[in-house]
Amino acid sequence: MYLATTGRPDAPPAPRGARRRVPGTVLALGTVSLVTDVSSEMVTAVLPLYLVLGLGLSPLQFGLLDGLSTGATALVRLLGGATADRGGRHKTVGGLGYALSALSRLGLLLAGGATGGIAGAIAADRLGKGVRTAPRDALITLHSPPGDLGRAFGVHRAMDTTGALLGPLAAFALLWATADAYDAVFAVSFCAGTFGVLLWLLLVPGRTRHAAPAPRPVPRARTGPLAALRSPGHRRIVLCAGLLGAATIGDSFLYLLLQRRLELDPTWFPFLPLGAAAVFLLLAVPAGRLADRLGRRGPLLCGHGALFLAYALLLVPLPDAVVLPGVLVLLGGFYAATDGVLMALTGPFLTEGRQASGLALVQTAQALARVGAAVAFGALWTASGPETALACALVALAVAVCCCARLLPRDPAPEPRDRRERTDRPCPP
Amino acid sequence: MPALTDATTRTRVWIIVLALLLLGGGATAYTLRTASGRAAATGTSAEPGFVLDGGAGALYARDSATGRVARVDPAAPGGRTARGPACDRFHAAGNTALCLQRRPGVPARSYAIVLDRRLREVRRIGLPGVPSRARVSASGSVLAWTMFTTGDSYARSSFSTRTSILDLRTGYLVKNVEQLPLTLGGRRHHAPDVNYWGVTFAADDNRFYATVSTGGRTHLVEGDVAAWSARALRENVECPSLSPDGTRIAFKKRVSPGPREPWRLYVLDLATGREHPVAERRAFDDQALWKDPRTLVYGHGGGVWSVPADGTGSPRLLATRASSPSLAAGPPAP
Repeated sequence: MYLATTGRPDAPPAPRGARRRVPGTVLALGTVSLVTDVSSEMVTAVLPLYLVLGLGLSPLQFGLLDGLSTGATALVRLLGGATADRGGRHKTVGGLGYALSALSRLGLLLAGGATGGIAGAIAADRLGKGVRTAPRDALITLHSPPGDLGRAFGVHRAMDTTGALLGPLAAFALLWATADAYDAVFAVSFCAGTFGVLLWLLLVPGRTRHAAPAPRPVPRARTGPLAALRSPGHRRIVLCAGLLGAATIGDSFLYLLLQRRLELDPTWFPFLPLGAAAVFLLLAVPAGRLADRLGRRGPLLCGHGALFLAYALLLVPLPDAVVLPGVLVLLGGFYAATDGVLMALTGPFLTEGRQASGLALVQTAQALARVGAAVAFGALWTASGPETALACALVALAVAVCCCARLLPRDPAPEPRDRRERTDRPCPP
Repeated sequence: MPALTDATTRTRVWIIVLALLLLGGGATAYTLRTASGRAAATGTSAEPGFVLDGGAGALYARDSATGRVARVDPAAPGGRTARGPACDRFHAAGNTALCLQRRPGVPARSYAIVLDRRLREVRRIGLPGVPSRARVSASGSVLAWTMFTTGDSYARSSFSTRTSILDLRTGYLVKNVEQLPLTLGGRRHHAPDVNYWGVTFAADDNRFYATVSTGGRTHLVEGDVAAWSARALRENVECPSLSPDGTRIAFKKRVSPGPREPWRLYVLDLATGREHPVAERRAFDDQALWKDPRTLVYGHGGGVWSVPADGTGSPRLLATRASSPSLAAGPPAP
């Protein structure tokens, strides 16, 4: 069994201690993600309003437009990963994804009111997002020392979330300033997206710079999107990602439950996710560093413990002043402790030359399981009411966490770290 | 692509600065160009003398050019006086008018403004969402409206509706009709995705019909505010409008699954359960209005039209560049 030592031989040697530098490539990837997320979240935040107010589409029509690409994204992600792995074309494939998403804003502008054009633009955006995710995460894996993967992903996710926070705020500000000129939002988003593509081209190292001079002896026993499954550790991680994903109920349901629970002016509900994102942003780097130091299984399981507590908070009779911040902090903590950490955990188990498809497989398993879980939760709610559904979700999550505690592989070579460093708490209380 | 990454650091910095200037400048210029000349026309109220009193059959509608409520001269289509309040949706009946007004900015918020016969403001209710449907009961005592709200998370691109009922006799406001216990297929229905829209009131100012959507289907429901209950009657009925005699319902029926032209205007006989299309064969998306027991009035393609309710005849244009029709046929002001 061929296990890669992640990180290339030419990756910078990791100095010890808290002040180790985050690799420049990771910072570059984070910057690209930040700029791109500002661009895409701007559009996501205003698109429903634009379609219904600006174009007079009925919400039903919008639902049809919106639902057309969720399933296709999973497939595209696998293909994107597999293509990127062929000859290490991560930069090319990822760049195409970014460019496609940026161009989709132009499509929105040019489509005017044509439903077909808008559907095409939305599909192009999703397609771009599906294509670029795995190559980008593979580049993070390739350009970080194996022992620092948790922190590298933490830094990247923190920058990514910063963009996701700023995007909607920028869009709302633009709409205020221009008296609801939606096309201005699309134009600004296009400019930001183009800038992101340019940063990708200029700052992200391509194949020529890092590839070994001689063609790498990649074992070619099997090819295709599923080839990465040859590593048993990786197989287990994919299984766990699916298990844990199948035990989450989806954020929209969580916010819906929160809405039923709280006596809060509904006008402000759209801003609740910003609270969770802020917590995610703050905790992503500490959680990643902790994962590097103590092993990545801990934060991943602990993060799902936080999610368990968030669900439980919705069931116990506590005052609103406790439930609202509690759920938001726990949800943000869950994302901080799991989103990047899962990728970091996967890193050492990836087959050399198959990094992107390996990561894509984990992400796809998680995404598909989450979609299925959301459908199941909705059905359970309809059949027996929200409380029962939530109680079932709690049981499912507990079972999934217990299973994964046994299943998840340990980091292959736990590096001894300086334990005197301050330990950040992995789980919010 | 490799050529760009191989460029020296200095070159790259220059390219980035230049791109920032160009793209930032372009974005700013575009925003400034679109922003200039866009003044929000919201907040305008009716001018003195513009009242709901055009005699029987006078047509009031929202003038698309000004966004204000106009009185349309039935003799000369196009001839109108647009001096009413600025509303996105408008309906009037009896001695009451309901004006739904969107407030600028994000998140979307709106006002539901209750006006008397002289179009003076009686009550104003701030709500989240975007105006969709407005309806006043024939007596003018009970009002209902529907707002689109952008789901429960800004990042979630789904819409839900929020329908409210206001009883002017008691001042009681049901902010969200979804609280009503709903019976579907003979059983109490719980679901996270229940949405109501398009209310129409019966003559007793208590019973109402509306659309409920759940599980991807739409149902016609009959509600009873006093008894605090609602039950589903049949499927695929949206935006019902009860005839003055209470026997028939005009509604939009979904005839095609795709997003293009999904609805047509139909009439349902409540006693027999039989339905038929009217002579309006084009795509339809409005809550129709009964001008009299034989005639329907509705907005289509930016104008206000009428068509016989029995399926005969053909659509007739009543007013161009107008929407949200109302007919001031109530008793004269005391």
